[in-house]
Amino acid sequence: MSLVGARVLRKEDPSLLTGHGRFVDDFAPINTAFAQFVMSDQAHAKILSIDISETLKMPGVLGVWTAADFTSFPNLPGGLPDLERPLLAHDRVRWAGEPVAIVVAENRYQAADAIPTVVVNYETLDAVTNVDEATAPGAPLLFESENSNVLTKVPMLDDLEKHFSKSHGRAHLRIVNQRCAVVPIETVGCLADWTQEGLTLWATTQAPHHLRNKLASWLDVSQNLCRVVAPDVGGGFGAKIVWYPEFFVAPLLSKWLRRPVKFVQTRSEAMVQMTHGRDQVHEIEVGFEKNGKINALRMVISQNLGAFGDPTGLGLAVLTGWMAAGCYKIPHVSTSFRTVVTNTTPVAAYRGAGRPEATFSIERIIDLVALRTGIDPVKVRQLNFIQPKEFPYETHNEAVVYDSGDFPQALDECLRLLDYDAIKAEQARNLHDKTKPLIGIGFSCWLEIAGFGPNGSLEGFGHLASWESAQIRIAPDGSATVFIGSSPHGQGHETFVAQIASDELGIPFERISVIHGDTATVIQGIGTMGSRGVPTVGSAVKVSSERLMVRAKKIAAHLLEASESDIEVKDNAFNVRGTPGKKVSWSDVATTSFQPLRLPPELQAGTLEERLFHESPNFSYPSGAYACVVEVDRRTGKTKIRNMIVVDDCGTVINPLLAEGQVHGGVAQGIAQALFEQVSYDPSSGQPITANLIDYLIPSAPDMPNYTAGRITTLCPNNPLGAKGIGESGAVGSPPAVVNAIVNALSSFGVEHIDMPVTPEKVWHAMNGRKNS
Amino acid sequence: MTTVRITINGTAQKHDVEDRTLLIHYIRENSRLTGAHIGCDTSNCGACTVLLNGEAVKSCTVLAVQADGEEVTTVEGISGNFNGLSAVQEGFRQEHGLQCGYCTPGMVMACTALLKENPKPSEHEIRHALEGNICRCTGYEMIVNSVRWASEHGDAQ
Repeated sequence: MSLVGARVLRKEDPSLLTGHGRFVDDFAPINTAFAQFVMSDQAHAKILSIDISETLKMPGVLGVWTAADFTSFPNLPGGLPDLERPLLAHDRVRWAGEPVAIVVAENRYQAADAIPTVVVNYETLDAVTNVDEATAPGAPLLFESENSNVLTKVPMLDDLEKHFSKSHGRAHLRIVNQRCAVVPIETVGCLADWTQEGLTLWATTQAPHHLRNKLASWLDVSQNLCRVVAPDVGGGFGAKIVWYPEFFVAPLLSKWLRRPVKFVQTRSEAMVQMTHGRDQVHEIEVGFEKNGKINALRMVISQNLGAFGDPTGLGLAVLTGWMAAGCYKIPHVSTSFRTVVTNTTPVAAYRGAGRPEATFSIERIIDLVALRTGIDPVKVRQLNFIQPKEFPYETHNEAVVYDSGDFPQALDECLRLLDYDAIKAEQARNLHDKTKPLIGIGFSCWLEIAGFGPNGSLEGFGHLASWESAQIRIAPDGSATVFIGSSPHGQGHETFVAQIASDELGIPFERISVIHGDTATVIQGIGTMGSRGVPTVGSAVKVSSERLMVRAKKIAAHLLEASESDIEVKDNAFNVRGTPGKKVSWSDVATTSFQPLRLPPELQAGTLEERLFHESPNFSYPSGAYACVVEVDRRTGKTKIRNMIVVDDCGTVINPLLAEGQVHGGVAQGIAQALFEQVSYDPSSGQPITANLIDYLIPSAPDMPNYTAGRITTLCPNNPLGAKGIGESGAVGSPPAVVNAIVNALSSFGVEHIDMPVTPEKVWHAMNGRKNS
Repeated sequence: MTTVRITINGTAQKHDVEDRTLLIHYIRENSRLTGAHIGCDTSNCGACTVLLNGEAVKSCTVLAVQADGEEVTTVEGISGNFNGLSAVQEGFRQEHGLQCGYCTPGMVMACTALLKENPKPSEHEIRHALEGNICRCTGYEMIVNSVRWASEHGDAQ
């Protein structure tokens, strides 16, 4: 029986369920000291002086370091030349929460006691927190050398006015895709132990090799003496790709203090130090015909980078522009973007990273076209879809060629699960019955770019390359260990990799172990991001298993005195096809592989090892059709999600349990963005006002609906598994479905758009004819 | 420093702690049981949930000295008939109620307390009982299913 496609329970779970997971803060070598940052309490200021004299007298304090102690080290890697983020702020701070000093004490209580005794004298400067303020004439500059807060700009080559002017109508929206905090439940932390044998850094990272390579270079040590371990990692969602300063400073402190040094953010620290996501403003306009056909699309994107251009943050708007047209065949598409620095926490990847923003805007404006033309939103979508026979589909950007999909089928399946006509009838009945809530129905037919990626794609975000690695070793008893370069943080790699390997090798699932997240054992890796796990590392495992099996069969044929072509693997043994009972066990073959006297002459001892750096010829393009039904309370404006239907197409599913888990989690984060979450700053002072989990609303179980999941399958032609990836799908697809449903519920009030999060207050204002700010 | 005597998972322990030491830090750093985690500093997330004399508490809002003479149960201290796992733990495994596993020990303890009090909770009751526990990975439905599995398979403790 094939394990690929089966609902296999996870290998990871027993440890995690019994408290035996090993997360960074769970490690506590003898004599570990604790480090904590002194954070700027100013959004924008010059640092005049830092006085640490009282701090050094505090109980348990081992030392205090400021930027002046690291002048021989470069700025942090990545970012734009000369505008990189410093390790610690030196002459100026650019956001409230930026680290300005680091205190090390015997334990975390003493470190916390010492922090307030560091006296930093600031000269306060005016702060800007959003794109409008930062680009206004006379705005305070974060980098005076640039003469502007706009760091990068890709202009619009064609404004498409000639196509807009010929259209029957045009629709425009200004959409604020709000800033979200990523909030993995484990914050960022690390433990550095620099001994005579070299450095080991345990870190909360999605990409340990990526970090190791940059860290070794930054520290000017050779990579063999710089080991990075990502043990169990408590969620990442993009924010743990980043090269945080603690990963660089903790090793030095360990070296200087000659003892292990641990750093773990409190949640309040994490809310201002861990990178945020989204924060784009779009001006989107389409020209359309009377029948709802869209002729032209123009999207102007502004990305709030926060205080520094993170290497991923700088690329988000690129992905948004690429995916601007979604799953629609629009003859003329033009995009532009600019990235803008502000006095806020830096912005980087958050589940979807640029694609949720694109999807939200195109799906919102499709609904606006439906509203303006009076055509059903479903029909507008169906009319404009790229058709299944049109793949591979070349888009407005040469880098983006959609691989496969069937958007009409996905929407049909979604409508079937929804029972659209019945809901519409109920909606019409409720509209005039003031005792009933308003009903709204929203759709999102989405498409995202994933499976990062073809050669050159991740290099643009500062990575070494874009392949992913797998290495398979067969032990003398016929059990297997698979080393993978993609290091998980909840996705279930140990399970899905063992499923794929088991199918190819014919070795039982239980006899396959999967090793990841340690640069000392895994030869090289890129990491887990961009919905790339299954398409990249899964493919690497499949192909390397196939290659290994060629030699395993050769050994078996030799032992059985049979032809290689007659060997088939079944029940943990190599059998001769057509000769029942003539077989040799996997463990015999494995043992033989280490015994030169028994091997066929062309093979050498240790031959049952294989590795592959799997390169992808193209991205993958997961897609789907989501529908949301909401009930809006007429008195309070509160939205209740009655039904959330999510039809996905991720190509081949390795494990439906894991796939469903990924969709649910992504959809929940999307609903949270649609209804609840927003990082806010006081506009006058630049102070964060959502800097803990009291003020920043992460939904819990009573806030969330159940999900009705459906699936269609079109295979990805660009990898041997046919898999497209699924990690980000839910977060990409769900926000517009929810907001479209609410706007639909409020259509009788003339509402055309509400920015996220769509709070009861905003809905109430919309129903009562007040303008939403 | 104050001497505290706390029975953790059935084992009597004695440590000298600062009065301000939070129970979660005591459990993790004095007792070296690292199953319970810290996910926030405002008692919102519930990753540190343990049982104090059988009742679920957020151990970040209890001082170690307040637990002096009391009994604490952490995720390491529960077990059952499902290959050593309790019904709640096995329910999470069967229904994929965990992904990264960081919030899981707290979730498991909150669910254990819920089923002790209410062995056959409705979906509404499950969701509201878990209001104080945040999971960022699962979207909660599979956690609800996990609790339901445990409820249906008994052995809740």
